[in-house]
Amino acid sequence: MNRKRGAGLLGAAAVAAMVLAGCGDSSIDKETKANEDQQASSGDCGEVNMAVNPWVGYEADAYVYGAVAEQEFGCKMNYKELKEDVSWQGFGTGEVDTVIEDWGHPDLEKKFFADQGDGSASNVGSLGAEGIIGWYVPPWLAKEHPDILDYNNLNKYAKDFATSETGSKGQFLGADPSYVQFDEAIISNLGLDFQVVFSGSEAASITAFQKAEKDHTFLIGYFYEPQWLFADIDLQRVALPPYTDGCQDDPAKVACDYPTTDLQKVAATKWLDEGGPAQDLFKKFSWTNDDQNVVAKYISEDKMSPEDAAAKWVADNQDKVDAWLS
Amino acid sequence: MTATAAPPRVEPGAQPPVAPREATPRAVWAALVVVAWVVVWAVTKGTDTLARPIRERTDLMDRLSGFRDDVIASRDTNPIIKFTYALGDKFVSAVDWLQRMVSEPNFPRPVPELGWLGVTAVAVWIALAVAGWRIAVLVAASFVSFGLLGFWSDAMDLLIVTFVSVAIVVVIGMPLAVWIATSRRADRVVTVFLDLAQTMPTFVYLLPIVLFFGIGASGAVVCTLIYALPPLIRIAGHGIRSVSPTTIEATDSAGQTFLQRLFKVQLPMARSTIVVGLNQSIMAALSMATLASYVDGPGLGKPVLNALTRVDIGGAFVPGMLIVVMAIMLDRTVTAASQRRDVAAHGEGWSTRTRRIVLAVTGVAVLVCIYESRQALWAAQFPENQSGRWVADRVNSLTGWVVDTIGGFTEGVKNLVSSVLIDPLQSLLAESPWWLAAVAILALAWVFGRSRAIVPTVVCLVGIRLLDFWHDAMVTLTMTLVGTALVMVLAVVFGVWMARSRRVDLLIRPLLDAGQTIPPFVYLIPVLALFGPTRFTAIVAGIVYAAPAAIKLLADGVKNVSPTTVEASRSTGATTWQEITKVQLPMARGAIVLAANQGLLYVLAMVVIGGLVGAGALGYDVVLGFSRSEEWGRGAAAGVTIVLLGVMIDRITRAAADYQPQTAATRPGRLAARNRAGAATVG
Repeated sequence: MNRKRGAGLLGAAAVAAMVLAGCGDSSIDKETKANEDQQASSGDCGEVNMAVNPWVGYEADAYVYGAVAEQEFGCKMNYKELKEDVSWQGFGTGEVDTVIEDWGHPDLEKKFFADQGDGSASNVGSLGAEGIIGWYVPPWLAKEHPDILDYNNLNKYAKDFATSETGSKGQFLGADPSYVQFDEAIISNLGLDFQVVFSGSEAASITAFQKAEKDHTFLIGYFYEPQWLFADIDLQRVALPPYTDGCQDDPAKVACDYPTTDLQKVAATKWLDEGGPAQDLFKKFSWTNDDQNVVAKYISEDKMSPEDAAAKWVADNQDKVDAWLS
Repeated sequence: MTATAAPPRVEPGAQPPVAPREATPRAVWAALVVVAWVVVWAVTKGTDTLARPIRERTDLMDRLSGFRDDVIASRDTNPIIKFTYALGDKFVSAVDWLQRMVSEPNFPRPVPELGWLGVTAVAVWIALAVAGWRIAVLVAASFVSFGLLGFWSDAMDLLIVTFVSVAIVVVIGMPLAVWIATSRRADRVVTVFLDLAQTMPTFVYLLPIVLFFGIGASGAVVCTLIYALPPLIRIAGHGIRSVSPTTIEATDSAGQTFLQRLFKVQLPMARSTIVVGLNQSIMAALSMATLASYVDGPGLGKPVLNALTRVDIGGAFVPGMLIVVMAIMLDRTVTAASQRRDVAAHGEGWSTRTRRIVLAVTGVAVLVCIYESRQALWAAQFPENQSGRWVADRVNSLTGWVVDTIGGFTEGVKNLVSSVLIDPLQSLLAESPWWLAAVAILALAWVFGRSRAIVPTVVCLVGIRLLDFWHDAMVTLTMTLVGTALVMVLAVVFGVWMARSRRVDLLIRPLLDAGQTIPPFVYLIPVLALFGPTRFTAIVAGIVYAAPAAIKLLADGVKNVSPTTVEASRSTGATTWQEITKVQLPMARGAIVLAANQGLLYVLAMVVIGGLVGAGALGYDVVLGFSRSEEWGRGAAAGVTIVLLGVMIDRITRAAADYQPQTAATRPGRLAARNRAGAATVG
């Protein structure tokens, strides 16, 4: 037995030697060397823990920032897919460094901003993009019944909006629960004959609007910009009583439209205090709704990976990127 | 578990030979209760329903949120949090180290320490060594499919998390299994916790786990761990307990110590059962994958969730299928490994000598692969290709076509089921005054399970009332009951069919296995596209999730009906229909009740997911609590309500199953527990 095994071993070793001889110079070693060199020359940017909240527009922000940070400063990006609430909890523990698109969370600010809470998070200023929240209907509906775009006429159509979930009332499609929304209050305070059915997720809302436009069915619901779906379906906004300062202060009494939100960047205070190229880039990063929609469309419509989509936008918009680096 | 607590009923006749009939059937009493309920409902409908606007909070919910805030505020000083975070750090570093070995670049290296070729070679060699060459081929094919479809590192991450979690499960679970096997009292105490862990929807774990262990790998490991622990404890405990007492007595008489008895007799003799338990734990761990990615857990769940954010069904399907591939691979490997010794004992397979030679030769080949994968880029990084995307696009066009073709029809089905089943039942349950519904449910519990059912029912109803989720709980109960009814229809049809035809069984069983392993999130979106954001969507998702388990249980139950009885009925000239309805189904009654019990719990477990697709009620409350900081308390309270609902349903059905003038009065309960542990997976 020993002799046979020995023969086998010998044969295998011979094969191994031949294979190894074939590829003496290793591409991996070269790249390792290159990485070490880059780290030595560009200084240590270190790692950035970027929370990625669950909507595609956010992904676009996060990966474009990440592409520039990796390319210019050799930072290592750790993308963490989390909902807002959990992301903010991570600021204090060092698990999360940045939230790049915040739609306003007074409750979280109260807990984590320095002037009100434990100070683990800080506002880093405007993202540049604007959040527009409102009530929307599919375009075919607005075209066939133009008066539907005024809330005063909604009751006239309530029956048409009824579904198996709402019986005789019209159905209003609510949103992902993590979003800012007052639809139940608005409906009851404006005396609308509607009932909110909560879609529960962005995917559910998008699917519902796509279906409604394709089949020409009645649908009204909560939706928002920036959002890639607008490149696909030009949803029409229903006018509510205009927003005035303070009209949303008491959640139970809201009877007005949503304000336009200046989206904010938020970061862990500890991380900001470290200072460095990644932090500077984060402070300067700014772009418009259109920019974001382009990248979001690459990801969701053209099915590109977020990395590729971001790299493409960065390559196409070097001037904008240069402005962040100056 | 005690023997039936109900006093022995006085049977006027002798032992009933076939399906036993009671003096006044329970169905009659149940019908009377329902009629009374409807009558009172007709006059009191709409009062005291305890329905609340979705964003209105109670003091209790705010207190729970306050507790959460206190925990966060004190996390730098609180010793418990410090301890759990330190423990979490250990998990993170273990996972991180393994990731740098096999799935993530180990900076400054552009690739992991061990490339795909090396990892695959090692895995295949291990499979060859422990389970034989067939399994080795299976493992090779599975690993290559991970890379070929473009999810190499996610697949490795899932393996890593599963490996770390299951390792801890074994360390914690085995002593507990020994403990419950050797002490009756321990059994009773531990069983309560196991029941709780298995009834609680997994989504609900995430809230407290994130709080105490943080996000990422640590959160993922802890939630996987909790979910995967009960099967091992239950099944291994059962195995150890079942070691024949005569053997133990015989060896005891030789004067052995407790430890000698454990390690020399009980554990070796229970080995095959323990392996089954281990297998079930692995399967449970895999099924947590998608959920764990909600807290940034690494693994194949990530691309699934990601694709769903983009409504890219195909993109979610591909990694979803790879989870199934991994489940099949691990299941077959562990099973084959556990049977290898028996195979060898029967003189099958290779001789010891051939085996050694083969392993030595292939071992050298493995070393070559490892070396290669550390040196050459092609062997370190799986070559990029578009086959994953290609499959995804095909799946997308297929689903698009299906939705277009049957969309109108499904709309009709949804409206029909909603108006005929869901709406009337919901109206009765949720629009009754709460006290009426409570009394009616209690009466039904008494009819079906007598005192064994009544006590848990009272406790659960009181709890639901105190947590202030009465209305939402009743809506959720409606969805669960409708879902279970439909599951049972499927179970009876397919179960009987499978039991009566071997070919049908062979054909359907793999489909059922897949249905149980595919992450529910994957089929949620196509179901959504068919039915829109409705309660019915959640019900359908629940059916897909629950039907396989129920169908399998029922098929096995019918198959176990004694062939002589069936023969006997056939000889009296019974038609096939009579044979099924008069003999097979009545005699498989225990299995049917068990299937209903499992169906209810599985559908209920999916109800939380329904909150993500417009089903509202408790599911939405949990999702809301998970999403918005100020609603944390609501989520926690709703989670507890779901647990109470689950426990109530479980206890009533179990008591109903036990409360029968049959010989094996205590068996269904134990069987229920065992099957619950086992049912999560491939059979």
